[in-house]
Amino acid sequence: MSDFTSGFWNLYVIVLTVASIAGCAWLLISTGRIKVAAKTGAEKGPVDKTTGMGVTGHVWDDDLQEYNNPLPKWWSNLFWITIFFSVVYLILYPGLGNIPGVLGWTSSGAYAKERADFDARLAPLYDKYAKMDVEQIAADAAARQTGERMFLTYCSQCHGSDAGGGRGFPNLRDRDWLYGGAPATIIETVTGGRMGVMPAFGPVLGEDGLRNVTAYVRSLSGLPHDSLRAQLGKTVFTANCAACHQPDGKGNQAMGAPNLTDNVWLFGSSEKAISDGIAAGHNVGHEGGPTPMPSFKDTLSPTQIRLLAAYVWGLSNNPAAAK
Amino acid sequence: MANPTVSAATATFNYKVVRWFAIMTVIWGIVGMLVGVIIAAQLLWPALNFDIPWLTYGRLRPLHTNAVIFAFGGCALFATSYYCVQRTCQARLFSDGLAAFTFWGWNAVIVLAAITLPLGITSSKEYAELEWPIDILITLVWVAYAVVFFGTIARRTTPHIYVANWFFGAYILTIALLHVVNSAALPVSLTSWKSYSAYAGVQDAMVQWWYGHNAVGFFLTAGFLGMMYYFVPKQAGRPIYSYRLSVVHFWALIFTYMWAGPHHLHYTALPDWTQSLGMIFSLILLAPSWGGMINGIMTLSGAWHKLREDPILKFLIVSLSFYGMSTFEGPMMSIKTVNALSHYTDWTIGHVHSGALGWVAFISIGSIYYLLPRMFGKTEMWSTRLITAHFWIATIGVVLYIAAMWIAGVMQGLMWRATNADGTLTYAFVESVKATYPFYAIRLLGGTLFLTGMLIMAYNMVRTIAGSKAYEAPIPAVPAHA
Repeated sequence: MSDFTSGFWNLYVIVLTVASIAGCAWLLISTGRIKVAAKTGAEKGPVDKTTGMGVTGHVWDDDLQEYNNPLPKWWSNLFWITIFFSVVYLILYPGLGNIPGVLGWTSSGAYAKERADFDARLAPLYDKYAKMDVEQIAADAAARQTGERMFLTYCSQCHGSDAGGGRGFPNLRDRDWLYGGAPATIIETVTGGRMGVMPAFGPVLGEDGLRNVTAYVRSLSGLPHDSLRAQLGKTVFTANCAACHQPDGKGNQAMGAPNLTDNVWLFGSSEKAISDGIAAGHNVGHEGGPTPMPSFKDTLSPTQIRLLAAYVWGLSNNPAAAK
Repeated sequence: MANPTVSAATATFNYKVVRWFAIMTVIWGIVGMLVGVIIAAQLLWPALNFDIPWLTYGRLRPLHTNAVIFAFGGCALFATSYYCVQRTCQARLFSDGLAAFTFWGWNAVIVLAAITLPLGITSSKEYAELEWPIDILITLVWVAYAVVFFGTIARRTTPHIYVANWFFGAYILTIALLHVVNSAALPVSLTSWKSYSAYAGVQDAMVQWWYGHNAVGFFLTAGFLGMMYYFVPKQAGRPIYSYRLSVVHFWALIFTYMWAGPHHLHYTALPDWTQSLGMIFSLILLAPSWGGMINGIMTLSGAWHKLREDPILKFLIVSLSFYGMSTFEGPMMSIKTVNALSHYTDWTIGHVHSGALGWVAFISIGSIYYLLPRMFGKTEMWSTRLITAHFWIATIGVVLYIAAMWIAGVMQGLMWRATNADGTLTYAFVESVKATYPFYAIRLLGGTLFLTGMLIMAYNMVRTIAGSKAYEAPIPAVPAHA
């Protein structure tokens, strides 16, 4: 694919580049040719009184003068070397517009080759895992180590180096799963990503309704609450929340609606945290989350995802027992 | 405009605006470097942002870069270019009114930057973060600057234009071009600070780094070379080493810098041919850059002994050594394979600071030490020993800073590319952060030393000014050797 909208710009770049390098060379040749006396210009032009060396004769601000010294030879040579290098480089590599360079090198080609070499080198290693169950992989010490390294590279930024999670980022060690912890589900989560959405209920519920349902939600996991409000809040919950969180509040893994009865809180369990969450919801783009779980299908191969899933699964299951 | 009928005998140079800019150079230097020290400390102790959005690293970092480049460096360039152009043209500034406008306008820009950047108002273009209303003010100030500078050149009573003015002129013209093209943007509305760049995608990136690298090339290099060409031969009392070298390296430098921007975008969506051109012209740039260093350092031939007792000359000559070092390092880093290791690491930060502290700050400090007493009818600062102390403290500071960042950068580059036999990365990113901590500490120490030097300079400045009167030098009636 051409980088230019028309052949003119291709030519423009080529001509400008060649002329520019030639211009540098011309500057060196034309100024290098003028012969000047290095030590004494005494017989010809004006000289500096201290050293007796030739000066240009121009004087500014009382005493600013310039020697008539020639270009230092080593400096001109350095300049020539860089010019020569540039010409050779442009012959070998792309640079003159659409002209590809005799080596045929492209950055995308170099990347593809490196990637192919890499995949070929690792293929035997990963082929072995492709045929194994996730549970079996999790029991393999070497595979678990590979999985952990991948976890540290791709997952630890959000879920933490110890997979303990943080506010808005699920803990992966606690056997409490938003979407389910079966190996196949973990693979699905890593491959496709997840996008949990909790709508904002503030305007619907009003201030009183919000306080009541907050009390009820806290009661579900045995947190201290106003029991009168909790009783009133149950009706609000059934009408507004049960569709996703289920009538018993135990959640629905098919849509990632959290279990509200297990005292595991993604955004905190304080009255304010729960109430704010219900009022504003947890939508992408507003403070308080959620932060979507990205899809890794373009970054990692299916086998790499299997290894990663095995590591994550092994964090809250006993891989040895699964053997 | 000055009255042309004023007789040459009573006419004076406009030292007032030079004096203002020279004093503000020291003040903004302290402010900008203090912010630098704060963010260096935040990297070591992240809690130092106190959870206040205005004090977070992301907002203070552009404040630091803007303050040191455009406030400190900018005021130094205004002061020295106004001084140099008057002295070497033997003419008063073209317009006192416009010159005063550049002072108040430029300082208004700096104050606006100090307010808007911590508030999070930013165009998000590196080194061009200021939003469109401030960009317009910058343009007005810059046009006035160009009128004053070139107007003064036009009024010169000397037959030739001195080499320092070539560089100052190139810097003024090119910064105008760079600023206007890169800052082209569409405001959301006339009452909103927010604007969107006129360019999109990879074109925006290319325009940004064409600007970004030439901000280095013309603001931080050509401008300060202008400074060098006046103050080095003045302080050394020797002629410039080679007029011919001046000619060749001037044209080669200002021409080649224009091409070098793409080396900031190696291995990105930028087309391969563009990356190649950025790289080869960065390499060609080595010799033209070194031309300035040779011309400055060789000017001392026959006067090397002066380095021993003159701390101002120490500042000037050491600045040229750092200039030579960083203009060698720059082309090396622009080579793709080297860049693959150095890019995105603290090596770049080390490289920038060997230029910014070692070259730009040192040459400015030396020049201001020369300039300041002359603004008050003296020839020397209050204390030469304090200048010597400043020199050594600052030198140790720079060396600690850049050595720490070099080591940290190469270490990060090597850690990031290390892989295991199973194809996974040997180190998680956070491990490279952890490994960098000791170097962050050394960098903080280096930066603090450099800031300490500036505080010593401020004290010396106050004592020099105390009890003395502002001085307006008369323009010599007849050019010395015309």
